Amino acid sequence: MLKVRKFIARLLPYIFICLFSVIFIMPLLWMVGTSLKQPIEVFSHESGLFPGNPQWGNYADVFKRMKFGTYLRNTLITSVLPVIGQLLAAPMVAYSISRVPWKGGKYIFPLVLFTMMVPGQVTQIPLFATWSHLGLTNTFWPLVLPAFFGGAYYVFLLRQFMLSVPASLLEAARIDGAGELRALYQIFIPLCKPVLITVGLMTFMGHWNDLLTPLIYLHDGSKYTLAIALQRFLAEAKQEWELLMAASTVFTLPIIVIFFIGQKYFIEGIATTGLK
Amino acid sequence: MKKANAMANGKAIRKKKSALQKRYILVGILFAMPWFIGFLLFQLYPIISAVYHSFTEYNVFNPPKWVGLANYIELFSDKSVLKAFGNTLFMAFIGMPVGLAVALLVALLLNMKVKGLSVFRTVYYLPSVVPVVAAAAVFIWILNPEYGLLANVLRPFGIVLPSFVYNPAYTKPGLIIMDTWRCGQSAIIFLAALQAVPQSYYEASTLDGANAFRRFFHITLPCISPTILFLFVTGIINAFQYFTQGFVFASVTNATQRQTGGPANSLLFYSTYLYNNAFSYLRFGYASALAIVLLLVIIVTTLLSFKISRRSINYNLE
Repeated sequence: MLKVRKFIARLLPYIFICLFSVIFIMPLLWMVGTSLKQPIEVFSHESGLFPGNPQWGNYADVFKRMKFGTYLRNTLITSVLPVIGQLLAAPMVAYSISRVPWKGGKYIFPLVLFTMMVPGQVTQIPLFATWSHLGLTNTFWPLVLPAFFGGAYYVFLLRQFMLSVPASLLEAARIDGAGELRALYQIFIPLCKPVLITVGLMTFMGHWNDLLTPLIYLHDGSKYTLAIALQRFLAEAKQEWELLMAASTVFTLPIIVIFFIGQKYFIEGIATTGLK
Repeated sequence: MKKANAMANGKAIRKKKSALQKRYILVGILFAMPWFIGFLLFQLYPIISAVYHSFTEYNVFNPPKWVGLANYIELFSDKSVLKAFGNTLFMAFIGMPVGLAVALLVALLLNMKVKGLSVFRTVYYLPSVVPVVAAAAVFIWILNPEYGLLANVLRPFGIVLPSFVYNPAYTKPGLIIMDTWRCGQSAIIFLAALQAVPQSYYEASTLDGANAFRRFFHITLPCISPTILFLFVTGIINAFQYFTQGFVFASVTNATQRQTGGPANSLLFYSTYLYNNAFSYLRFGYASALAIVLLLVIIVTTLLSFKISRRSINYNLE
């Protein structure tokens, strides 16, 4: 009897965890399942999660209906360029305020923290006014350029990490006559690789998923990113769930692939934010 | 002679040192330059500009016209602001805590020393990387009262679902269901906090005869209280900027992109109303006033949380 109780006690966590896992994974299966159904199966109480006869043609229809290639290209431009910008700027700034012995770092860091607190809604209107006076609305500039100045959160993340690099390493390099640029790129950048990957992933996902900024700046259909395109498609297509779910799947898939590749860095990056 | 020599030496060293210091200052400025320019262009100038615009009537195309406190006076008597504020508070103080509670539950499950932790962790985290627009589209379909997944699951039990998109009483609960599904990020942060609780605390209390419930309330909760506060405060701040989910849910009932409040304005959140004023009604002055009030609310929330954390949160572990 005691043995049985012990066995159940050990099994119980697994039962709960699996049950919860099913709930968490089901919406994604439902999305993919619906994207492969025929309209008649979509509006039926009898059809299961996945159809017996998958309609891969739904995906072809979406590509035809949505100018998908254009949107994908736009989304890639507005997601990849900011990653480059962030990876160029953020480590330099973080190095300056954490490891270069000058007084400025002390004053800059609180400002970095303050800007993390300022909601986007406050700066969004004056920035829109500036971009429109420059005639650059309906271009990708407003979505891409800000990343080249280093995002506050990423500077913060990199600073925390750089502070943990032993001082002796840096001193040795300086005694050997290495300039600061070399110290940054030959010592700190290689050591910061995990954080840099986290920064790159977060930047990419942030821009890929963003709806608000494209909504404000991109008005022309040929400039749409996937996020706006999907939102418009949802508003217009309404009942064509198999196509909507196919579009959602294609929009989500690259993120999931990237997530699986960089999973380790991503989860560690998230976990450390809460500890500090 | 010797003395003079030493003095000259000292001078040289000092000179060298100050040259090095100068070089460090130069390098520091140079490396921080991108951030500094970005701060001036994308933060400081816009903030000052927003404060100024909040006292004006402004539509971007014509120069702003000074109206004094008119925008702020209107803001406090605007029924839509009240509605939007109420909807936002609903998400901040009902929706967000529900999500946090589920996240904590998930973290506790993951912390039970199960095998295959990394697989389960991935499963729970996955929904939070799904793009919000896609997640909203999927949940509008899942919550479809006739053919959706939830309706299919509940039908055998005789439960009939309301419309989560058209019925104003259920639009926000619909959003909460979706947001709760995307709680993986908070769950991972909770898990990291749970793993940092010293095992010896649990062992000692078990020896003292404490049961699982007492252990949870007397050890686990106090130990992870800094994390709870952190997630709670960031959750409230995020709730005040709640926009995308509501916007996408509302776009089903309104294809024009103009009015984005959803049925009976039940999805009109503070940030949605701000967006409408700026980019649909072109009332940039009024929208700026709304933005400044938002900034003040967030600053007060943050300062308040610092105060609470100093008074009643357990930081002994750090």
